[in-house]
Amino acid sequence: MTATAGNRGDSVRSDCFVQITKTEHQATEIRLQSKVESLYGDSIRELCHEVLVHYNLRNVFVEIEDKGALPFVTAARLESAIRQLTGTEESFSLPIETRSLHRTRRDRTRRTRLYLPGNNPKLMLNAGIYGSDGIILDLEDSVAPDKKVEARLLVRNALRAVDFGDAERMVRINQLPAGLEDLDYIIPEQVNLILIPKCENAQQIVQVEERIEKILGQENTDIYLMPIIENALGVVNAYEIASASPNVAALAIGLEDYTADLGAQRTAEGRESFYARSAVVNAARAAGVQPIDSVFSEIDDMDALRNNVLESKALGFAGMGCIHPRQVPVINEGFSPDEQEIEKAKRIVEAFEQAREKGLGVVALGSKMIDAPVVKRAVHTIELAIQSGKLSTNWREKS
Amino acid sequence: MNEDLIYNAVGRLVPSEINGELVVPFMGVGKYRPEGTKHASVIPTNADYPADGNKQVASLKEALVKAGLKDGMTISTHHHFRDGDLVANMVFDVVKELGVKDIRWYPSASFPCHAHLIPYLEDGTISHIEGSMNGPLGRFCSEGKMKKTAVLRSHGGRYQAVQDGEVKIDIAVIGAACADPFGNANGLNGPSASGLLGFALADSQYADKVVVVTDNMVPFPCVPWQIQGNYVDYTVEVEKIGIPEKIVSGTTQITKSPDRLLIAEMTAKFCEATGIIRDGFSFQAGAGGTALSIGIYFGEIMRRKGIKARFARGGSNKYLVEMLEEGLVEYILDGQTFDLEGVRSMRDNPNHTWTSPFTSYNYHSKGNFAGLVDVVILGATEVDVNFNANVVTHSDGRLLHGLGGWQNCLFSKTVILPVPLFRDRIPVIVDEVTTLCGPGELIDVIATERGIAINPLRKDLIEKAKDSGLPIRTIEELKEEAERICGKPKKPVFTDKIIAAIKWVDGTVIDVVRQVEEKKTEN
Repeated sequence: MTATAGNRGDSVRSDCFVQITKTEHQATEIRLQSKVESLYGDSIRELCHEVLVHYNLRNVFVEIEDKGALPFVTAARLESAIRQLTGTEESFSLPIETRSLHRTRRDRTRRTRLYLPGNNPKLMLNAGIYGSDGIILDLEDSVAPDKKVEARLLVRNALRAVDFGDAERMVRINQLPAGLEDLDYIIPEQVNLILIPKCENAQQIVQVEERIEKILGQENTDIYLMPIIENALGVVNAYEIASASPNVAALAIGLEDYTADLGAQRTAEGRESFYARSAVVNAARAAGVQPIDSVFSEIDDMDALRNNVLESKALGFAGMGCIHPRQVPVINEGFSPDEQEIEKAKRIVEAFEQAREKGLGVVALGSKMIDAPVVKRAVHTIELAIQSGKLSTNWREKS
Repeated sequence: MNEDLIYNAVGRLVPSEINGELVVPFMGVGKYRPEGTKHASVIPTNADYPADGNKQVASLKEALVKAGLKDGMTISTHHHFRDGDLVANMVFDVVKELGVKDIRWYPSASFPCHAHLIPYLEDGTISHIEGSMNGPLGRFCSEGKMKKTAVLRSHGGRYQAVQDGEVKIDIAVIGAACADPFGNANGLNGPSASGLLGFALADSQYADKVVVVTDNMVPFPCVPWQIQGNYVDYTVEVEKIGIPEKIVSGTTQITKSPDRLLIAEMTAKFCEATGIIRDGFSFQAGAGGTALSIGIYFGEIMRRKGIKARFARGGSNKYLVEMLEEGLVEYILDGQTFDLEGVRSMRDNPNHTWTSPFTSYNYHSKGNFAGLVDVVILGATEVDVNFNANVVTHSDGRLLHGLGGWQNCLFSKTVILPVPLFRDRIPVIVDEVTTLCGPGELIDVIATERGIAINPLRKDLIEKAKDSGLPIRTIEELKEEAERICGKPKKPVFTDKIIAAIKWVDGTVIDVVRQVEEKKTEN
């Protein structure tokens, strides 16, 4: 009996391919072929022994073709092969990388979220350095159907072991019901936000919430949800989806599937999706969550991306997905306030604070009265400006 | 041999003798004082050369025989044809045919196409190589299969060694895209155009016998004469000296790797923030993907600031040529052309000037251009916490690259190495480099995707970068981060056998490469 996991081939990097065969011998045999043999060969073999001991496996022949995989990758590949071979559902857990563990907030800025294919470790290692507000470990469309199980383990290990910096740690699960099972692997591992694809009704949010609480054994207070609307029915139900749980933090739209559902072609000017985008923005704002736009797939055309972002912001969206790190700075910039907006927000916030100090009930800027929502938006603009590095945290002293 | 080992000025254990000749261990930058006079070849007389100037012979074989080819000689070739070179292979096919043995091959660099010579190394036709070794030849040498010790020199060090008489070239074979029967030659015109022939200059000046080989023989005069026929003994016309598409790559690509782009962008921002990019500055950015992108970012900054560079050092390529033609750069001082645009520009634009290792790099001269450059962008396989860098071996101890002009460029005013923190789990920032090719005192800035480290010796740069908003870290912090991500690597185990010596720009031995102990696969 033989089981395999991982990736092989000339273009594979930072990954390994594992093949485990049951043998008649009592002894374990490990055959390692590694690009980094002289530097890490011993530590790879040690890790392999540790995993085998953990699963109490003796009579096996393990072959590892290593292309510079980090331990969290090798461990995931070994575990995946062992699970297939023995049917065990036990996990092998590596220590947790604590540096990038941080809680998040429901109203955290989510201008950019970088998609990372869930079964490709190479792209995960540096994902935290490009400045995106979030990273998404994707278990859905970017993972081949026969790799879904091993991707879960890799994503679980990545959540434990990879330093994603300040980025919010997100996972896109599979379409329900398969996605519910993904949660069992992801929820215990310090995830900040779950993207729920092809969402079309509030019941699905409830199902996800119930599963999360079952896994946690308590009420969910800090794992947020971002449903993705990807068909006509979802657009119709957008508001009930967005308000189905207090943990819904954002509502996203996926235009590729949506236009297919309409039977329309996706065009550059996007007239076919104008209604849906506006409906999602409106539903999200009505429910008090962030409206998030679809990804832009022309990764080489930065000018077109810039225009797309401008339009998206004008429609009311607060962020977009990124499918390449190069898109991150352009989208961050586009969704950040410009100089004029910042100046105006500073004046409003200062006027508000002065009025409060003087105990005035009414805020005025010049001869203009300022309403509470205007102040709220100005405060948000200032926060965004600080987060995008356009304004110093002590801006009050400098002005 | 190798019994008498000495610690040199950078703490490396090196022999006092290589291939039976005494060598000087590295004494520190600028410390070794050469003595005596330069090497001189024998005085020729016009009486021995054809009065009509026609030095053409029927074949390369005839040229080599007439040049007195015999066992134990040194034959030199240049690498302007890069991986499209047919000349070196042709030369040694003839040497083999004539049954001559124990030749020292002295190329300015070797390429994968020279794997053709491995059987000649095995059968003793070639005793050893002194020159930059890449790919298959590096591997052959790493495995300890070469009969004598390889010697690696920089482009400037190669000129220095010839000029100082450290390496006496018996026969120089110079492939040229265009030549006349008298021996004047250039790399500008013809199917095997390589732009210039600077790497062959020392060979033409100092070799006992000089043979020019071309596939494009023109009547006298071949102008411009980058190689002067007055140095040349024989000329040969052959069918083909190079494979054009492998000589110049039509498509030098800017990197698409997001990590490298990030490093390139950070490097350019660093140069802007520290005032290195100013009106009239000068730079050298190589031909690698990251370096190319840095050049492009430099261009954007210059355009935005409305300034221009006085000169750029090549390796030229179409991007540098575009900057020259746009007026962002006033002069290109070129060491080699990497694409056809570079060749065209050098042919047509008087501000695109060809250089040689003599003008650019030779340390035993009255100054060279490398020191005049404000900033150079170089690569490295490893950098250590003392800013020492390695360019020839990998962390597993195997010799895979040559020195090129790398050591020579370290004399520029600011040296920046943009490198990733790790490559496929292999940390680039390490405790101690496997092979020390350049001392840390000459290396100023390490720019990685996770932070920029500035050499503590450069207090001026540290001060200027302070408020730049760039992620300035210490080199130790970068090393620790690399190890935290990749794990602490073990060191490869070496045998005592020295397979290659690394010369510094002044001919002293800065380090050696020992053979890697092959690990048996254990269960």
